[in-house]
Formats: sequence, structure tokens, C-alpha cells
Amino acid sequence: MPDKRIDGAQALINCLEREGIEYMFGLSGGAAIPLFDALVTTNTKIKFVLVRHEQGATHMADGYARATGKPAAVLVTSGPGATNTLTGIMTAHMDSVPMIVITGQSVSWMLGKDAFQEADIFGITMPVVKHSYLVKNANDIPRVAREAYYIATTGRPGPVLIDIPKNVSAGACTADLFQEMDLPGYKPYPETLDKEKILEIAEALNKSRKPVLLVGRGAIISDACAAVKALAEKLNAPVVNTLLGKGGFPETHRLAFGMLGMHGTAYATKAVVECDLILSIGSRFDDRIIGQPDKFCRNATKIHIDVDPAEIGKMIKPDLYLVGDARAILDELNKHVARLDTAEWLAHLDGYRKKYPLHYKKQGGLKMQHIMDEMYKLTGGKAVAVTDVGQHQMWAAQFWKTDGRNDWLSSGGAGTMGYGLPAAIGAQFGRPKDLVVLFCGDGGFQMTMSELATACLHKLPIKIIVMNNHYLGMVRQWQELFYDDRKSGVDLEGNPDFARLIENYENGKGLTLKRPADVRKILTRALEYKGGPCLVNAEVVKTENVFPMVPAGKPIEDLLVDPPRHKMEKPTGST
Amino acid sequence: MTKLMNASDIHTLSVYVANKPGVLARIAQVFARRGFNIDSLVVSSSVDGNFSRMTITAQGDPAGLQQVIEALRKLIDVLHCVDHTNEDVVVRELALAKVKISPEERTEALQIADHFGAKTVDLTESSMILMVTGTTDKLDAMIGLVKKFQVIELVRTGKVVMARGGEET
Ligand SMILES: Cc1ncc(C[n+]2csc(CCOP(=O)(O)OP(=O)(O)O)c2C)c(N)n1
Ligand SMILES: [Mg+2]
Repeated sequence: MPDKRIDGAQALINCLEREGIEYMFGLSGGAAIPLFDALVTTNTKIKFVLVRHEQGATHMADGYARATGKPAAVLVTSGPGATNTLTGIMTAHMDSVPMIVITGQSVSWMLGKDAFQEADIFGITMPVVKHSYLVKNANDIPRVAREAYYIATTGRPGPVLIDIPKNVSAGACTADLFQEMDLPGYKPYPETLDKEKILEIAEALNKSRKPVLLVGRGAIISDACAAVKALAEKLNAPVVNTLLGKGGFPETHRLAFGMLGMHGTAYATKAVVECDLILSIGSRFDDRIIGQPDKFCRNATKIHIDVDPAEIGKMIKPDLYLVGDARAILDELNKHVARLDTAEWLAHLDGYRKKYPLHYKKQGGLKMQHIMDEMYKLTGGKAVAVTDVGQHQMWAAQFWKTDGRNDWLSSGGAGTMGYGLPAAIGAQFGRPKDLVVLFCGDGGFQMTMSELATACLHKLPIKIIVMNNHYLGMVRQWQELFYDDRKSGVDLEGNPDFARLIENYENGKGLTLKRPADVRKILTRALEYKGGPCLVNAEVVKTENVFPMVPAGKPIEDLLVDPPRHKMEKPTGST
Repeated sequence: MTKLMNASDIHTLSVYVANKPGVLARIAQVFARRGFNIDSLVVSSSVDGNFSRMTITAQGDPAGLQQVIEALRKLIDVLHCVDHTNEDVVVRELALAKVKISPEERTEALQIADHFGAKTVDLTESSMILMVTGTTDKLDAMIGLVKKFQVIELVRTGKVVMARGGEET
């Protein structure tokens, strides 16, 4: 029993602290005042970070979680405070990122009566959360907090929302703070490991002559990276990864062929087109990587390992599959596989590597790829790389080789512009000793740049590289390639001088990069600055396009390694 | 009900859920998001009052429905979800039909009712309410026959199913 009377808000903070929450990002408001008060009165060890917009809070929690593997919490008020978290919740949900979002709510007797700042956030977020709660009794809070943490972090992780009416957070909590969970419908992992299935998978692998391992974020979440490496090396099989699978297998490894799919490397995509077996480890065969589903790996044996049964057969009908934790499955699988005779297959793919290397020209204006390449060399790739969404994101995925499990942060499933800066902030809070490098577009940066205040106030030494092409570049690329270069709504005229902008904040430093010859010098100066965030405004070439490219909706064998010379049809794929 | 392309596209699911606010909304969203129409839905408390049993009839292509079932199972509040479509289970439905009947027509209407084991649960000078229970086909058949009179109102509960013997519903 608690030794003194506490309220629901205090119970919540105490319980979240006990679960292991270290950081809470948020912004207060009327309905959340008791919750904010409890941050003070409980003397909690949870560190609270005040953001400038609630969307930023969710992306910070997301960045923290991806960079550390542990969840953070978000704390906001009701109504607009709550709805501002929606994009970040959806972003986390799409990429299976654990997060606990706490929203204040109007008093419970006013629910449904359009009370001031009442929003049905429980209803609004329902399709984008792993689970959610509307707490009606302060005594439920200890159980709810524990369940929320458990649900967010186990199985396929995801965001959990807890909506707490003000009278509940302010009401007395007399329940024991240690409560049993009551989740009879939640089974995050299968009870047993199906060893028969594993033997079947091993047999299929042992028969394969041209295998490919496909690594997705699931491998990272389950910490299966060592097992993936062991499997690849045992089989001597090439490995490709999704955008979110970067770091699941070291991209500098001789067996690594990098990212596949829409803007993947030509050699990764060709490996998948020509393989006779593809084993997916924690990827969901997203449309960005399979192109046209019925044409994907038509003649190859398709094997799917995923912790989420709903992913099996959703996009691709596998020949073999196994639901469960990737690491547990691979550890067992590794006992039954033998080295394959893949020398010829690897030599063939290395031929593609030589024939279709990633390339760019250092002459003819400043290129984003040049900056990324140089940053990679200067840091030895020893950094947490964060991106926003757009062309720069795809180039970063191509040129920034990721070796570490939690060292690549990018909004994949949702493709949320504005993700980058707050995610980098969250990552830097979680990994104070590590270098955090953000590659951001000029469009996406302006969506959440209000968080510069947060970054500068906390003197976070993030390197913010704004790839300033004065366009919503990725959309412009589509308009150029598929819509006769009719530019519509993509010109970012009116961009401020970003280097001067950050100088307005205490501790912020701004640098300008214009000439290819200065890349190394300016980046070195940025890396040397330790007093807070350093922003490099990189005035890059305005109309460079990202290749290779698989036009949306086309089979991946139709990939364009280089810019097409003929006019292209409008893509049939969704986006 | 909308016109069906194929009888095999009708599915009867039994979903066993936690009896909590919002559960129905979560379940409905799984169908709505994928463009599935729920044809009938019966929800009631189970033996253990903490849980409810839902019987849902929906139509759509079988591959898509498999995804719906998996998405339902994934909901934290869903304990299990079983597709009883092609199984030999007990399926029952109840219908109430309010029919406009003149005293001269009454005998014939009662004969039809009698044949289907239907009960007359309300009777006035000019109308009667017939209550019939049974399989969907049986209800369809009786309703088809009483349509020769004027059916003023029709209410059907939708299917409820229960697995036979030791099987779990
Ligand atoms: C919130 C949001 N709005 C719109 C889009 C659609 N979109 C995808 S990429 C892109 C252009 C991004 O421009 P910028 O941030 O300048 O990056 P660049 O492509 O130029 O590198 C847009 C508008 C999106 N992904 N997210
Ligand atoms: Mg841009």
C-alpha cells in the first residue's frame, strides 16, 4: 500500500518511472496540469523536455526509441494538444516504434459534451495505435501504466495512448502501485518455437544456389543482428536490407548489397530479381520494395519470418513462413544450415556492383551525395544518422552505410516530413555521448524547425545539414519525370537563410556551404562545434534526381539505373 | 443486404472479446478500413461477464477476409476469432415480420407460420407479427412466402453461431 495518499497523476508518474521511462517529451495545458504537477511533486527521475509543438514531442520519443531501443513517453494536454500528436503516433505505428502517449482530457462528466478542448482522441487515434486507454478511475492507473509499457515494447512494438480525464488524474489513487496485468487477449510471441518449420526452412536454404537474405526492421527490434550475421556468413549468402532494416546487417560487410526497392542500389534490386530463394527476416514486403506484388520473385522460394501473423501473406504469399521472434528463430535455424556454393552467384552480383555503382559528380555544382559521402568519411560512419523525407533521404540511404543496430533513423512507412529534427533531438537525448547527424530537406525542416529552440536550449550538439535545393525535391522529380516537368506547388521560394536563423537562438551555430571545394572544410568546422546544434545550410543543385528508381507500381525488374531518355508514363502505383 | 457475387464470399466470424468500451469501434474499423461491409452483427455478454461474444457476417473476397481475421486477432481486446464459414456449426437467426393481414387472409398466413414453426406474437384486426427462428435459409423461405401479403416491417437479428460438442466457438 502506498504510504501516503497520492493522486492518479502521481501514481502514473511513479509507475512509468518504475517501468523504466527515462524521458518524457511534451507541452502542457489545462487538462494536463495535474499530470504536470505530479512531475514536480513526485520528485521523479523522469526527465521532462518541453517542446514547442506536440508533433515534435512524438518524433522525439520516436527518435529516442529508435536510437536506444527503449520507449519514451509523450505528455500533452487535451483537444489540440492531443490532436497535434496524431502524425507522430501514426509515424511510430507504421514503423513499429514503441511509445507511450499520455493525453490530458476534460473531466469525465463532460465527455461527449463538446467541453472546452475536448477531443475524442481515444477515437481519433484508434486506427494508428497498437492499443489505447480511456481511464475512468484513478485506481486503474497502475495497471494501465504497466500494460501500456508492456504492450508498447513487446511483440511488434507500437504506440499506446492513455487518455486521462482531469478528475481522474486529480482523483485519489488508493490502489497498490504494483498491479497484475489483465491482458488475456494479448500474446506477443508464439508459445513454442516450431522446430519442424525451422528444419523445413533450413532445408530450403540448403538447396538454394542463389539465395538472398532480406533484412527488415524486425531484425533490429528483436536484436537478431548477430544471428543475421552468423546466418549470412554460414551460408555465404548476399544480404539486402529495407530502408528501416539499415543496421540490421552491417552495410560495409562484403556480403551486404545495401537497400533494395524503389531507390535502392541496382545490385540489391537485381539480386532480388534473380535469386532462387528470398528469406525475409522482419520485413513486411512493403510496396516500396516489391513493386508489383504478383511479379515479385515469381520463380523464387519465398520465406517469411515475422513476429506479426497479420503480415504473413498480406503482400506476398510465402512458400514457407514462421511467426515468432526473429532472434529466437535464427538462433535455431543457424544450427541447421550449411555453407552454400554461392561463389558464382556472389561473383555475378559483384559484377553488378561494379557495373552499376552508386555515383555522382563532384563537379557541376554542389551535390547532396557529395556532402553525405564526405560526412561519412569524416566520421567513419560512427554516428547516429537521421533523415527527414524526400530526395535527401533516399541519397542518405544509398550513401550512408549503416553498421550499427540503432544508428539509422528515418520515417519509412509513413514518410513523415518534419520527422528529422525532432527525431534527432530525441536520439541525442538518448545517446548523449554519440554523434548525431541529421540530413534534412529544406521543406521538411521547415515543418518542425520550431524545435530548434529545444535543441539549442539543451545545447544538443546535433549536426543539422539542411540540403537546401529550394524545392520539394522529391515531388519535383516526379513532376519532371512523369508530368512533363510541369512544376506545381513545389517551389520553396521564400526560404530564409537557415544559417542565420539558428544564430538567433542561444548556443546555435550556423554555417553556409555553397561550393563543392568547401565541403570538407565546412563539415569539419561543423563537427568541431560542441556548444550546441550546428546547422549547415547547404545550397545544393536544385534539380538533381535520385536514381536508381523503380517507378511506383512497376515490377522491380523495370528499375531505371540512370535517367530515362524517353518520356515516361504516369506511374500506376499509389505514391 | 447488398447483392452477392458469390456465396463463398459470405463469412461468418465468431469473435470473443473483452467486454470494454471501444471494442466494437476497434472491430468495426478493421472492416471499414479495408472496405468490407458488415452484413450482420450480434454482440452479447458471454458466460463470464468480463467477455463478450460477437457473431459477425461479412462479405468480401476470401484473401482479403483472411487479412481481416488476422487484424482482428491482433487487437489487444480480442481473445480469439474463428471463421465458421465452412464448418458444421449450429447457426440460428430470429426474424420478426409485421404483416398486413385482413381477417380473410389470416388462416392462410397462420398455415404458413405453422409450417415454419413461427409464432404469432402480436395480432390485431389488420396485422400480425410473426416470429420465426432457424437457419438463414429457413427464414428467407418463410419471408418469401409471406411477401404475398404486405410485409410492413421486417427485423432480423443476424446469425448467431455455436460450435458443436467439444469444439470452441
Ligand atoms: C508531411 C508530409 N507532407 C507531404 C509529403 C509529400 N512529400 C514527400 S517528399 C516531399 C518533398 C520534400 O521536400 P524537401 O523536404 O525539401 O526534401 P527534398 O526532396 O528536396 O530532399 C513531399 C512534399 C510528405 N512526405 N510528408
Ligand atoms: Mg528540398
